[in-house]
Amino acid sequence: MGRYFRRKLLIYGVTFVIAVSINFAVPRLMPGDPVARMLSRNKVANPESSEAMRAYFDNVFGFDVPLWQQYLNYWAALFKGDLGVSVYAFPASVSSVIAGALPYTLALLLPAILLSWIVGNSLGAMAARNKWLDNGVLPVGYVFTAVPYMWLAILLAWVAGVILGWFPVAGGYSFALTPTFSWVFIVDLVHHWFLPFLSLFIVALGGWAIGMRNLVIYELESDYANYLQALGAPRRLVRRYAFRNAMLPQITGLAVALGMVVGGALVTEVVFAYPGLGSLLLSAINNQDFFLLQGILLFIVIGVLVFNFLADVVYVLVDPRTRLGLEGGQS
Amino acid sequence: MALQVEDLKVHYRTTKGDVRALDGVSFSLADGEIMGLAGESGCGKTTLGKSLIRLDGRMRHVGGSAVLDDEELPIGDDRAMNARRWKEVSIIPQYSMSAMNPTRKIGKMTAELLRSRRISYRDIEDELVRRLELVGLSSKVLGNYPIELSGGMKQRMVMVLSTLLDPSLLIADEVTSALDVTNQKAVAETLVKFRDLGFVKSMIVVTHDLSLVYQIADTIMVMYAGRIVEKAPAETVIKSPRHPYTQALIGALPEVGLEYGTERLRSIPGRPPHLLDPPTGCRFRDRCPLAFEQCAEEPPAVAVADGHEVSCWKAAN
Repeated sequence: MGRYFRRKLLIYGVTFVIAVSINFAVPRLMPGDPVARMLSRNKVANPESSEAMRAYFDNVFGFDVPLWQQYLNYWAALFKGDLGVSVYAFPASVSSVIAGALPYTLALLLPAILLSWIVGNSLGAMAARNKWLDNGVLPVGYVFTAVPYMWLAILLAWVAGVILGWFPVAGGYSFALTPTFSWVFIVDLVHHWFLPFLSLFIVALGGWAIGMRNLVIYELESDYANYLQALGAPRRLVRRYAFRNAMLPQITGLAVALGMVVGGALVTEVVFAYPGLGSLLLSAINNQDFFLLQGILLFIVIGVLVFNFLADVVYVLVDPRTRLGLEGGQS
Repeated sequence: MALQVEDLKVHYRTTKGDVRALDGVSFSLADGEIMGLAGESGCGKTTLGKSLIRLDGRMRHVGGSAVLDDEELPIGDDRAMNARRWKEVSIIPQYSMSAMNPTRKIGKMTAELLRSRRISYRDIEDELVRRLELVGLSSKVLGNYPIELSGGMKQRMVMVLSTLLDPSLLIADEVTSALDVTNQKAVAETLVKFRDLGFVKSMIVVTHDLSLVYQIADTIMVMYAGRIVEKAPAETVIKSPRHPYTQALIGALPEVGLEYGTERLRSIPGRPPHLLDPPTGCRFRDRCPLAFEQCAEEPPAVAVADGHEVSCWKAAN
């Protein structure tokens, strides 16, 4: 098993290096010049001072050295945890900009993914043996899963936010408030959080429920379930086995879904103008902010790699069949 | 008399109507008898085997009864059957290779299964280990997952598991189909050993393989299109079958020591009738070389010798 994980780690390591390199290249391949953009933003018209400022900014952002050296500097800074300075939020560092947005994204996505996973799996498992649930509730799940997410989110914002006026439709908190650790602020935060959370929850829920329903039905009709019943095992035991075995692919699915946590909510955050990493990513692209873009993409890459590795580990732990394959046994 | 089946009818529900897989089957099984059950695919062998232990979702008990050890089996009542399963009727399924939960250690699964039937695993563990050794398995397999066993080992494990509670009737459904020839022989001999040691009282061995079942069975019953056509001691069925269908089946077997060369083995032309709407009279009529007018009427089962029953107008006369 150790060999398996060493090999996996190597593969993830290589993937990481390649992803980081691409991450370095992509913003530099984009059309446009961020420094010129900054200068024009600062309305520097005088050619002399413009020249001086350009030299200054090129130096700050490290554009004054050849590309290969930029690349090496980039790696060196990376290991020091230095992601550079943001162009768009100059002079804030990229790390601090990301740190400001990350809690919103995590608070939105983690509960949405985990709750939809738990509720969806329970619902699916129940639907697998309940005609009413299967015919009544699951089709709703099919609809929500099939509907384009963008449309659903806008519809939700329109109905619950604009027409009914129950929830605010934009922002992470009211602009009238300053972030403090007080009840008023926390309630306001939750109030703003609810709609984007709900939209993500609804969409993911149907997918989990449908998957679980099919898996449980498949397991309940498998040979071992038949054999147990032929030996007079009560349905409780058979269902327990079926449920446990059906959970295995769902656990991997959860780990993979969690890998998307960092970058996955772009559309949600745009629709609800929620100040998470997704909106930040969009701003970074719009403002040609190389360093911020690199920083966020790096986060996404690391997130996906870590959770995929976790999925590999978890699967080996929960399913004896994979374990055996790794130990050189035969199936 | 261990088992007495009377006019058993089991149908499969389909959207086109009922498929009459078992259409009035009557036979009896003596204590200690191993009965081979033979016939082509789709003639109702497996359905008969399943009917006696657990009907699957599409099967419906339409009529007839089965009495095991003087107590009627509640065939149509899944819940009532549960108490009888494993303890009185047990089955070695067709799919032994995948019969055990792949994610549970075999010992743990056995213990959980026993506990669900309110039987103490600890009381029975010594006997379980003894029987495992009897079939050449070490007690270590109880700590293994099914995937860690070879096909033959899984088969033997399932055989021990199925017979652990000393059932009165064991249904062995195509148990040798998935095995190579050496394993087939071993499995067949194990079945006989189980009977001789009293692990099971009597046995129905469902099979395609007449030559194999001939070696272990006391009697052979041949089915065709949901009905029984002939039942007789194994020797008689193989050496001097009376029903034209049995004769054709036996005729299709290759014989050891004979050189066939370019000559083809004989087969039975045509195929069994559809049981959605079975023909009246003798169901083998269309494929039978001896058919005549009277075959349009249903032939009764006639005892032509002691323990030898045939359903054929020609054989009876």
